[in-house]
Amino acid sequence: MRIETEKLSYAYGESKALMNLALKDVTLTVEEGEFFGIIGQTGSGKTTFVQHLNGLIKLKKNSGSIKIGEFDLGEKKCDFKKLRARLGMVFQYPEYQLFAETVFEDVAFGVKNFMPETSPEQVEVMVKDALETVGLNYLKVKDKSPFELSGGQKRRVAIAGVIVTKPEVLVLDEPVAGLDPQGKREFIALLHKLHKSFVKTIILVSHDMDLVAENCTRAAVFSHGQIVAVGTPKEIFSNAESLEQTGLDLPLTAYLTNMLKQAGITAENDYTVDGLIKAIVSEINCGGER
Amino acid sequence: MKDVTFGQYFPAKSFVHNMDARVKILAVIAYIVAVFLVKAFHFLGFLACFLFVIIATIFSRVPFLKVLRSIKGILFFIILSAILQIFFNADGKILLEWKFIKITDKGLLNAGFIVARISLIVLGASLLTLTTSPVEIADGIESLMYPLKWIKFPVHEFALIMSIALRFIPTLLDETDRIIKAQKARGADFESGNLFKRAKALIPVLIPLLISSFRRADELADAMDARCYSGSKNRTKYKKMRLTWRDAVATVFIAGLIVGVVFLNKFYWLLVV
Repeated sequence: MRIETEKLSYAYGESKALMNLALKDVTLTVEEGEFFGIIGQTGSGKTTFVQHLNGLIKLKKNSGSIKIGEFDLGEKKCDFKKLRARLGMVFQYPEYQLFAETVFEDVAFGVKNFMPETSPEQVEVMVKDALETVGLNYLKVKDKSPFELSGGQKRRVAIAGVIVTKPEVLVLDEPVAGLDPQGKREFIALLHKLHKSFVKTIILVSHDMDLVAENCTRAAVFSHGQIVAVGTPKEIFSNAESLEQTGLDLPLTAYLTNMLKQAGITAENDYTVDGLIKAIVSEINCGGER
Repeated sequence: MKDVTFGQYFPAKSFVHNMDARVKILAVIAYIVAVFLVKAFHFLGFLACFLFVIIATIFSRVPFLKVLRSIKGILFFIILSAILQIFFNADGKILLEWKFIKITDKGLLNAGFIVARISLIVLGASLLTLTTSPVEIADGIESLMYPLKWIKFPVHEFALIMSIALRFIPTLLDETDRIIKAQKARGADFESGNLFKRAKALIPVLIPLLISSFRRADELADAMDARCYSGSKNRTKYKKMRLTWRDAVATVFIAGLIVGVVFLNKFYWLLVV
């Protein structure tokens, strides 16, 4: 599904005195198949933006348009339930939304809501699939209470609860916040695995620049409710000054590249770790020949 | 969810806002006593109370409509008690009779009396919450309950519980909003179905909320321990409450109201005849 917003605006607060624009004329297109990053400081409007995408924040009159695949979110008869089944959303600290008595019940929640006609056997297949996709042992965890699991496991269960209906688009809001380095690595691997199977588009909201530089095909920079830059990580991070104006950092790879440049070594790369290493290696080899 | 206002504090600088919270609390209690003192059907007493509220509102710089709106919340309760009085009070002269329903003059008077009494109390009480922030109210109550220390009542702890509860209401509202959104994203439906279905739909919201409240309570307790919080002993306050001339004026004013009501109760006939 293609995601397209045009001149999307949103203001919190009812009375005019308290109004502040959280989004202002946001026009953005995310094509199917992208691993899209949304970066910005806290309060820059990124969460507000992604919550519009599945109708959790309703589009107001005269505040732009959102089209996702065949869904037009401005229309009154837009079927949000159908949309939400196809556009999964993982919130920040998703483990805090667990509620059911068993892991199985919690993961099956989405299936029961979105596809009430599914047979119990089919539900079991789907839940098993989802739990195994996120790397949990189905037989071991299915009857446990979600509250007796470890933090990392809880997060996996919560994600399983979102991907159980096999959404085409997956939106994740700061998904690695609070994870240890290993958990983070595993999580990113999981995202790529999902991206290769049924999830066609991933939208990743984060202020972790390394994460975005390493994984995203394209990204948008939000600042004060507006998009200030869209492009590949390479395009965004080569323009360090404008990025720093929005209060954001560069990824480590970009810092290293800049420092090398100051030392007289031009190692142009796409700011992934692999890309940087390749650039340095080829630079060293060239130097050797000279 | 964000529209839920609690305490409905209306920030402004005014005579009433600047009064000592303790005096305001006592004044509201005195005012409620005055409303209850008004003898049955001596409506002039109510008029005096109403005038008092109007004058207090003027001095508080809170818009009248905002004060009046406080009645909206208990409108159902007011109407219900009025209906009960009108239809089920069989005393007095019968004005209208239809099957088992008898409407009497006394029933109507009683209904009017109760409506006036409840409305006046709510108006006065809402003026307190409109002009006093929840923290000030909690501080005021703590200070007023101080004498209870004599009977070993943990006044400070009680006040602390109150202020923590007030402090966490916005946090919990935010949290509720977030959880509702998260469950909606998983297809939860809170808007359709009958009452029973809707109540059941709230379970996926209430359980995470309860769990996170416990977690927060735990974290808060740890944080307080880490800073060696030990309760009331030798603890001073950042904001000291002081009585000023405003409080003296208000006290005279409220005393005047009570005297006036008592006077009207005794000498009502003087004014009517």
